[in-house]
Amino acid sequence: MSPTEKLSTETQAAAAPAALGDSSPAIEVRGLEMAYGSFVLMHDINFTVAAGEVMVIIGGSGCGKSTLLKYLIGLKEVEKGEIFYRGRSFSKASPEEQEEMQRTFGVLYQGGALWSSLTLAENVALPLEQYTDLSSKELMEIVSMKLALVGLKGFEEFYPSEISGGMRKRAGLARAMALDPALLFFDEPSAGLDPITSRRLDELVLRLRDSLGTTIVVVTHELASIFTIADTSIFLDAETKTVIAHGNPRELIKEGSDLRVRDFLLRGDPTKTPIGLPRESQPA
Amino acid sequence: MGTTNSAISTAAPKANLSRSGQRLVLTFEGNWSVRHTQHREIDNLFSELDQQTPAEALQFDMSQLSSWDTSLLIVVVRAEEWCREHEVKFLGESLPPNIASLVALAEEVPERKTGRGNKTSASLFELIGNKTIAAIDGIGSTLQFTGETFLSFGRILRGKAAFDWRLFWLTMEECSAQALPIVGLISFLTGLIFAFVGALQLRQFGAGIYVANLVAVAMAREMGAIMTGIIMAGRTGAAFAAQIGSMKVSEEIDALRTLAISPMDYVVSPRLLALSMMMPLLVLYADVVGILGGAIVGRSFLGITWTQYWAQTVGSMGLLDILTGLVKGAIFGVIVAIAGCERGMKCGNDAAAVGNAATSAVVLGITWIVASDAIIDVIQEVLKL
Repeated sequence: MSPTEKLSTETQAAAAPAALGDSSPAIEVRGLEMAYGSFVLMHDINFTVAAGEVMVIIGGSGCGKSTLLKYLIGLKEVEKGEIFYRGRSFSKASPEEQEEMQRTFGVLYQGGALWSSLTLAENVALPLEQYTDLSSKELMEIVSMKLALVGLKGFEEFYPSEISGGMRKRAGLARAMALDPALLFFDEPSAGLDPITSRRLDELVLRLRDSLGTTIVVVTHELASIFTIADTSIFLDAETKTVIAHGNPRELIKEGSDLRVRDFLLRGDPTKTPIGLPRESQPA
Repeated sequence: MGTTNSAISTAAPKANLSRSGQRLVLTFEGNWSVRHTQHREIDNLFSELDQQTPAEALQFDMSQLSSWDTSLLIVVVRAEEWCREHEVKFLGESLPPNIASLVALAEEVPERKTGRGNKTSASLFELIGNKTIAAIDGIGSTLQFTGETFLSFGRILRGKAAFDWRLFWLTMEECSAQALPIVGLISFLTGLIFAFVGALQLRQFGAGIYVANLVAVAMAREMGAIMTGIIMAGRTGAAFAAQIGSMKVSEEIDALRTLAISPMDYVVSPRLLALSMMMPLLVLYADVVGILGGAIVGRSFLGITWTQYWAQTVGSMGLLDILTGLVKGAIFGVIVAIAGCERGMKCGNDAAAVGNAATSAVVLGITWIVASDAIIDVIQEVLKL
């Protein structure tokens, strides 16, 4: 068999994404309580996210979506409940083990959180310099590739103060992806972005999931994004202080689902087609 | 793909080049990860490619690939560039769809020609020229800011300004009661040091009692005002720059402007007035504490009684000496406030800019304090005051 023939039959099966090899859920949260001091924000939070899935955290303003993200990435210490990554307890791990697990995370913060004294290239290069032994040529190639993936090729030498808020956010995403993390966490990625950039970001999320098998957790209010990218979602309710729905948003808008969730996803008007869903998908 | 990779495949990344007629075939195997990349392997591969006799096309065989990430993508992109340079057809369709999809996404938005990255080093003359222009601009900008401050005072006096009284009282408290411990400590030590230095010299001539004169005049005319000015430049000037700089970053200053409220009236003037009003009082306090420091040295090391020291101090110091210090204090207060507020108002839009504004406010404040002190002394000398 010639190499050409061999390729034609085997190409489609080749290059399985690395992150899909383990059957345990990528993320599992059991009985988590979120609190600021004695004030309990949410309690009894339970959910799982399968590897290679995109999960969206939904809820009204101030219900604790970003706080939940902080618990997931280890910025807030878990007092009650437990968080597991690939079956390994994150909340009960030693600080060293937690750091090791955190190195498999990529986080995009609301404002991009770029280091203002570094250029975009230096921002993306920093984690690579820290945790890899790449040659400087390879490092710059990877930095350029990451910036190209978020549509910022050519902006390597710019400082964060010299670019727009949307570009800063995209550069933040490039930095979050620098080490090709197994888990990506996005805090309001579409906020403040124009519709085209927002759509491109959604597309990138889907391609990262499909190509690299990255597990992605997104906090967002953008209904268009929710229906485009979410494989699953959880809905945080500030009144009952817990998760009141868990599932694909397209299922959650169907008749019989929790009214509060339907109201949210249908913008308070069940007669309308949700933003981001084709007309034929209109709920019954 | 992080730690999960190792669980799936530990096979080392390999890249081979083979030939099938007029086609070059790049074969990739194993686990390709940015964390365990094989740059030598890649460089060898491209050296090998360069040595090949002309070929029609280049294709990929990734059937033996275990796992991959961006480290593989950059090889693919490099191969594509190589094909373009050597006029060899790049068979992108031979790539697995998931790899092709990411490569396509990276190439979707063309590179922006921003002109960055081609920096040429400036000549010495250019550097000196740029620095000079920047210095002149800086002086011009400070003078303009000072002018705007006077205009703002005019508006406040005519009652035509939105003056934040709450901020005024708050700044007064920050510049007075809250500053007393640090001003007291530094002034006490300054008086102490002056007295020590004086005592060592004057004792040799049996003139130890004149330590009181030295400390009193030095504190009242110079050191009380200068030390307080420097402390306030580091403490309050930097705080003004950081506070106003942060307000600028979070667009609070723009919000005031769009409400037709002058930031000079609302943000700058209350701070400037509060500090320049409190500075003379702080200087007076510094003078007293400094003299006390000197008295302790006089009593402990020279055996001067408290009464003697007091009488000598009162006798050596005139009202003019005290007034000189107080006027200097007020001027230094204005300098510190203008330096802090001006740097804050000229601050950039990021966290680093706020830090730079604070640093610059302190440097500018101290420089102008020392320079203006020298100018005042020369004027006094000329006027025989």
